[in-house]
Amino acid sequence: MSATTTAPKSGSTALPAFRPSMKVPLSLGILALIALVFFGFLGPDQTAEMKISDAGDAVAVPALMIPGQVGGVVFGILLLAMAAYSIYLWTQGERSPKWLPIAFAVVFVFALLVWIVAGARQPSISLAGLVAGSVTLAVPLVFGSLSGVLCERVGVVNIAIEGQLLGGAFTAALVATMTGSPYIGLIAAAAAGAAVSMVLAVFSIKYLVNQIIVGVVLNVLVSGLTGFLYGTLMVPNKEQFNTPGRLDILPIPLLSDIPIIGPILFEQSIAGYLMYIAVAVVWFGLFKTRWGLRVRAVGEHPQAADTLGINVNATRFWNVTLGGAIAGIGGAVFTLVTIDSFTKDISGGRGFIALAALIFGRWNPIGAFLASLLFGFAYNLQSILGIIGTPVPSQFMAMLPYLVTIFAVAGLVGKSRPPAASGIPYVKG
Amino acid sequence: MGVVKLELKGISKAFGTFYANQDIDLVVESGQIHCLLGENGAGKSTLMNVLYGLYEPTAGQILVNDQPVNFRGPGDAMAAGIGMVHQHFMLVPVFTVAENVALGAEPTSFGGVLSMDETRKKIREISDKYGFDVDPDALVEDLPVGVQQRVEIIKALVREAKVLILDEPTAVLTPQETDELLDIMRQLKAGGTSIVFISHKLREVKAVSDVITVIRRGKVVGDAPPTASATELASMMVGRPVSLSLNKAPAQPKETTFVVENLTVRAANGTNVVDGISFDIAQGEILAVAGVQGNGQTELTEAILGVQEHVTGSVTLDGKQLLGLPVKEVLRSGVGFVPEDRTVDGLVGPFSVAENLVLDLYDQAPFASGISMKPAKVAEHAKAKIEEFDIRTPSAGSAAGTLSGGNQQKVVMARELSRPLRLFIASQPTRGVDVGSIEFLHKRIVAERDVGTPVMIVSTELDEVIELADRIAVLYKGKLVGIVPAGTPRDTLGLMMAGVGPEGGSDD
Repeated sequence: MSATTTAPKSGSTALPAFRPSMKVPLSLGILALIALVFFGFLGPDQTAEMKISDAGDAVAVPALMIPGQVGGVVFGILLLAMAAYSIYLWTQGERSPKWLPIAFAVVFVFALLVWIVAGARQPSISLAGLVAGSVTLAVPLVFGSLSGVLCERVGVVNIAIEGQLLGGAFTAALVATMTGSPYIGLIAAAAAGAAVSMVLAVFSIKYLVNQIIVGVVLNVLVSGLTGFLYGTLMVPNKEQFNTPGRLDILPIPLLSDIPIIGPILFEQSIAGYLMYIAVAVVWFGLFKTRWGLRVRAVGEHPQAADTLGINVNATRFWNVTLGGAIAGIGGAVFTLVTIDSFTKDISGGRGFIALAALIFGRWNPIGAFLASLLFGFAYNLQSILGIIGTPVPSQFMAMLPYLVTIFAVAGLVGKSRPPAASGIPYVKG
Repeated sequence: MGVVKLELKGISKAFGTFYANQDIDLVVESGQIHCLLGENGAGKSTLMNVLYGLYEPTAGQILVNDQPVNFRGPGDAMAAGIGMVHQHFMLVPVFTVAENVALGAEPTSFGGVLSMDETRKKIREISDKYGFDVDPDALVEDLPVGVQQRVEIIKALVREAKVLILDEPTAVLTPQETDELLDIMRQLKAGGTSIVFISHKLREVKAVSDVITVIRRGKVVGDAPPTASATELASMMVGRPVSLSLNKAPAQPKETTFVVENLTVRAANGTNVVDGISFDIAQGEILAVAGVQGNGQTELTEAILGVQEHVTGSVTLDGKQLLGLPVKEVLRSGVGFVPEDRTVDGLVGPFSVAENLVLDLYDQAPFASGISMKPAKVAEHAKAKIEEFDIRTPSAGSAAGTLSGGNQQKVVMARELSRPLRLFIASQPTRGVDVGSIEFLHKRIVAERDVGTPVMIVSTELDEVIELADRIAVLYKGKLVGIVPAGTPRDTLGLMMAGVGPEGGSDD
C-alpha cells in the first residue's frame, strides 16, 4: 500500500467525555421499577405482620402491620427516588456514594419480604426469629471466611474451606460420640481442619503446586473420604459413631432477654461466642500486632519480608494451618449445634459461600463477618418463607443464597484489591 | 557497634553450572564509598545478595571486622550492621512508611501489640538529620520513587547499619534526584557509614567513589581510582577498548512527514497518561523523548503503533492518519517499531533467531506463498541479517531467548530495520545491553536517520538521549514539558524531567 495516496482523515477521533460506570444507576433503576410494579401495583392485598419481639421476651414491642399493596407502592417510590438520585449523580459525572446501594439493598430486601409475607398463606413472620436464625446459619460461614482471610492475607488462596468445614463436621461428630463430650469433639474438629490445611500448605508452599488445584482436589478428597467413612462406619453403627449430642446453649442472664439483640448476642453455644471472639481477635491481630504486620507483609510483598529476616514460608505454613483450625470449628457447628449428627456432604457448598463472603468482605475479618451474616440471612429467609407458605416456587427460594452471592460479589463489590501476592508461591532469589 | 570493616574472600556463587561470581576478593574499609562497577549481568547484584545473606555462597568467606561470619539470612546480615537498598524496592506498597520501617524489627508493647509511635519518632529523627522530608504516616504507594528510596535508606539506618549497600540506586531517579542522593551518600559517609555503591553509570561512580572495583563476567577485573578516565573505566568493564562518543554528523532535516497532534491516552482510572502531546519529526532527524520512567513514554509509543485503547488526537505519517488503524496497517505504512521490553513484546523467546527475524513479514513474499512458508528464504534472510548486524548466536536456528541481551536487541533491531521505513521508533533501544553492543546499535540508528527516515527514540537514560538526539522532547506526567535542541545543558534537561519548563517556570 502506498502511504501517500490516502487522504488524511478529518481531525481527531472523538471519544465521549469521561463518565463513571453507569452500572450502578442503571441496575438500581431497573430494580426500583420491578419493585414498584410487582410489589406495589401487582402486589398482594393481605396485610403482613412483622413481629419484633417474641411472646416470652421481657420487653414486648408491638408488631409492624404493613398492608401488602400500599407497602409495595411506598417502598417502590422510595427505591425509585434513590435510583433517581444515583442517575442524577451519574449525569453530573459523579459516582454514587457507597451508602446508596447498601440503603437501596436494605429497603429492597424489606419490600421483598413484605411482598412475600403478605402473599403467603399465613401472613406473619417473626423478625427477631429471622435475624437470630440468620446468625445461627451464618456461624459456619463466618468461621470459614475467617479461615480464608488468614490464608489469603498471608498469600495462599484457600479454596479448600469446604473441605475444612466438612472435615471438621465429620470429626466433631465422630469424636464427640466416641468420647461422649461435644467439647472434645469441637477441639478435634479444629485439629481436623488444621490437618486438611496442612496438606494444602505443604503442597502449595513446599511443592509449589497450583493452589487452586490443590484446594479443589482437597475438597473432593475430603468429601469422598468422609462419605466413605459415613457409609461404612456411621450408618451401620449410628449409636457408636454418630450421636454426638449438642453443645449446650449458654444464655447470659438478663442480657439474653433484650429484644432482637439478646438472642443474637447472648444466647449462643460456645461456638457462637467463639465466633464473635474469633472475629475480634483476628481483626485485632491482623491490624494491631507485630504478628499481623508480618502476615500482611508476607501476603503483599514476600520478598520485602524476606529481606527483613521474616521467614516467608514458615509464616505462610502456620497461618494456613491456623486458618484450617478455625474452619474446622466452623464445621463442628453443623454437627454439634445445627443438627446432632453427620450426614454425607453436610456442609453443602457453604465453604464456597464463605469464600464469596471473604471477597465481598474485602479480605477484612469484620467485612467477612458482615458478608457472612448477609448470606446467612438469605439461607434463613429461604427456610422461613418455605414454612409460612409463599406462592414463590421452593426451587426459586432455594436459589436465593446463591443469587445474593452472585449479585453481592459481582455487582456491589466493585474493584476490591486482594493481597498482592495471594496465590503466588514464594521462591527465593 | 562502632565501625565495620567488611571483607569478602574468594566468594563464588554458582547457579547450576553457571558461575555468577567467581573467586571474588573485596575489602570495604569503614567510612568509605566503595563502588562496584560492571555491566548488567556482570554479577554485582548476586555478590551483594550473597553479602546480605539472601544467597548462600558456593565457596568463600565473609569477614566482618576480621571475624569470619556465616549469614543464614538477611536477619544475620542486619545484625552484623549491614543494610541494603535493593534496585527494586523492598517496600510493601499498601503499608505506611512507619509500617515499612518497623517491619521485621517492630517495637511492641505487651502481647506483641505494635507501638508505632516509637517508629514514627525514629523516622522523624533520621528524616530531620539528613533532610529527608518523609512523613511516617504516608502510604508508600503514594510516594514518588525518590522518596521511596529514602524510606529504604531509613529502614537500614533504623537498624543501625554501618555498611549500606545501594544496588543501582540511580536507575529510577531524575538527574536532580540523583544529585541529591549523591549528597546523601556523602553525608552518610561523613557520619561514619560506609557505602557499597553498585552502578554501571560512570559519571556517578566517578563523582562519589573513594575506591572503584570493576567486575566483569563474575570476576574482579581490578581496582581503579575515581580519577580514572571514563574511557579507561568503560574499557575495564567491557574488556576491550570502547569509544564512548558517537561522532555523528549534524542532522540534515528535510520534509516533515510525521506529525502528532494533541495526542491523549486515557487510562482505565480516568486520568490522562498521555496528555495533549503535539510534535513532529522531519525526515533525516532524530527526536529523542526523555523523561523518568513511567511518565507516559510507553503509552505514547504504543498509541502511535495502535495498541493502546482510548486514544484521541491525530497521528499522521506522510499525510495519512494512523490513529484507528489496525497495528498491521500501521506497520505496513512503513513504521519500524522497537518495543521497550524486548523479552515481552520484541521477541518470541522459544522461536529461532531466523523466525524472529521474519515475525513481521512471515506471511508475505518472499517468505511465504499461499499458506506455506518458505524455510529456505527465511534461512537465507537470517544468514544475511546475522552477518549485517553482527548477531552473536550459535546458529540461526538457536532460540532467540538464549541469546545475551545485546544480541536479542540486535535481532529486534535487524527485523525492524529490514523493511523500507517511513518512520522508525525505538523505545529504550539499549536497555540492558552491553557497552559494546550499545555502540553498534547507536550507529545503526544514526545510519537510519542518514538515509532520510524520521527517527523517534524514547529513552530514560539521559546519556543516551544526549548522545543521539537532534532535538529532545521531555515528558513529565504525560505532558510535554518542552522540545529543546540538542546541546541543551544536562541541568536544564534534568529540571525538565522533574516538570520544570525550559524557561524556568513550573509546568506541574
